[in-house]
Amino acid sequence: MAHFTKATSVKDWLNQRMAIEKVEKVMASEYWIPKNINFLWAMGMVLAITFALLLVSGIFLLMYYQPHVNTAFDSVNFTIMREVDYGWLWRHVHGVAASVVFLVIYIHMFTGIYYGSYKKGREMIWISGMLLFVTFSAEAFSGYMLPWGQMSYWAGMVITNIFSLGDLHLDGLVEWIRGDYVPGQAFLNRFFMLHALLLPLAIMGLIGLHFAALRIPHVNNQDGEEIDFDVEAKKYLSGDKAGSKVIRFANDFMSKDLMVVGIFLIFFFYLVFFHYGFALDPVNFDPADPLKTPAHIYPEWYFLWSYEILRPFSVNIGLVAFGFAQVIFMLLPWLDRSPNAVPASRRGAFSVWFWVLLADMITLTAMGKLPPEGIFSTIGLVAALLFIALWVVLPFITKNEKKA
Amino acid sequence: MHNISRRGFMGKAFGAVAGIGAVGSLVAMKKSWDPLPSVKAAGFTTLDMSIYKEGELITEKWRGKPIFVLKKTAEMIAKQTDKQKARDIVLGDAHFMVCIGLCTHLGCIPAYNPAEQGFLCACHGGMFDWSGEVTKVPPPRGFDIPPFKIDGNKMILGEVGPEYQKMKDSGVTL
Repeated sequence: MAHFTKATSVKDWLNQRMAIEKVEKVMASEYWIPKNINFLWAMGMVLAITFALLLVSGIFLLMYYQPHVNTAFDSVNFTIMREVDYGWLWRHVHGVAASVVFLVIYIHMFTGIYYGSYKKGREMIWISGMLLFVTFSAEAFSGYMLPWGQMSYWAGMVITNIFSLGDLHLDGLVEWIRGDYVPGQAFLNRFFMLHALLLPLAIMGLIGLHFAALRIPHVNNQDGEEIDFDVEAKKYLSGDKAGSKVIRFANDFMSKDLMVVGIFLIFFFYLVFFHYGFALDPVNFDPADPLKTPAHIYPEWYFLWSYEILRPFSVNIGLVAFGFAQVIFMLLPWLDRSPNAVPASRRGAFSVWFWVLLADMITLTAMGKLPPEGIFSTIGLVAALLFIALWVVLPFITKNEKKA
Repeated sequence: MHNISRRGFMGKAFGAVAGIGAVGSLVAMKKSWDPLPSVKAAGFTTLDMSIYKEGELITEKWRGKPIFVLKKTAEMIAKQTDKQKARDIVLGDAHFMVCIGLCTHLGCIPAYNPAEQGFLCACHGGMFDWSGEVTKVPPPRGFDIPPFKIDGNKMILGEVGPEYQKMKDSGVTL
């Protein structure tokens, strides 16, 4: 049995039982972060804070929301918005955060692509990150069903229909997912469960995995330099803080991180208080009507690029292209054949590839919002084909890349 | 048996128990997501076909889905092509288009334009004619026809009658 002595302080009492000092060292004060980074390295913390905002606002919404086809719409638009004191705050925080979290996810993702932070031992960080993107997408979609407005209903109809997989006609699978022939009570109830329990649990588990995957390779730096963290940590601890290439995670790096978080939160609450409209679609303020389709059905902005890859093709080809777009990012660490883990700007053809991909995804997003007519339809088709082509050529252009 | 260690045996025995339990729970989980009996039982709708006016599109409801019912005019019946005739539903001397009013692309409800005697889906621009045949992609096929049984003047949606079976066998509907 372990030996315990009379404690000299509360800290000592806890230390004997849970080794809190050691835990603090391992997790924070002796977890090392390179100095050579910029504000883009704070996006992870921005995401963690945004997730916390979603969780807290969600808890308050949960106390008044009613997952029933007859009462869901009113429980959101009347009870929460008009009756509950500050109910509007929780709804606007939840809606705006759900939209902004995707903006930050995309910034976080493209930062990783730009600096090659998915290579040389960082593959699991990339994969767990992409799994988080997938679960966040499912979380956003299931949450979108809950106010049971026209857009909720018809987005639910269209997206679940995708699971019939075109000419495979898996209508049984679609009915199984819905628990009904069309989205109804069973559908609303199970998506409520997914949104409020199962998917948040999965997200929290994956965040744990994402952090754990970061532990051994550490975060990348602006030059993709391979740092010997043990040597640099020793240098720091022996007093040569200026000469060491690393700083402590807490409080040194955290203080910089929270500076960026502070600026983000000012921007975020500006949106919540003065510009929340972009996150609440006007069509969704009509209650769900199974016998009337809205004139235009489009997803939220963060899904538009993949929606636009589905749209310009016939059903089966569209589904294949859509499936391709969903999984291809996951394979990036293996499709990029170059061993160079340096910023894209020093990688020749890859630099062009990066900026073309970014521009193409912005184009797809813009076209996805517009009605599929005339020139927009053509631009959308070209952009969708370009997206696929970019991923096909990636292994070839990176294979011939010179050592940086 | 003698060369299997006790631990090896215990591992395999536990694996077997856990495996059976896992399969059992998956079955239960799958079944719990199935449509409820009450949902399935409500899956039948009877339409009185004698009340419809010629050339007027009426939307009925079956299993929560819109059902388009159009009693065809004499002019429509006269000009029917073979393909359109295959989708024709006849009760006595009345001819009907009866179909699920959801675009076969991704399930939006197309709108009927009486002047052009056709349907346009606002979601992705698909078009259908008055017989339910597709006239413009992306929809991959004409409107689906719900399972039906003809009983005198009445049509029971959700039950499979010989006329429907024939349409299904010949590939007119899915």
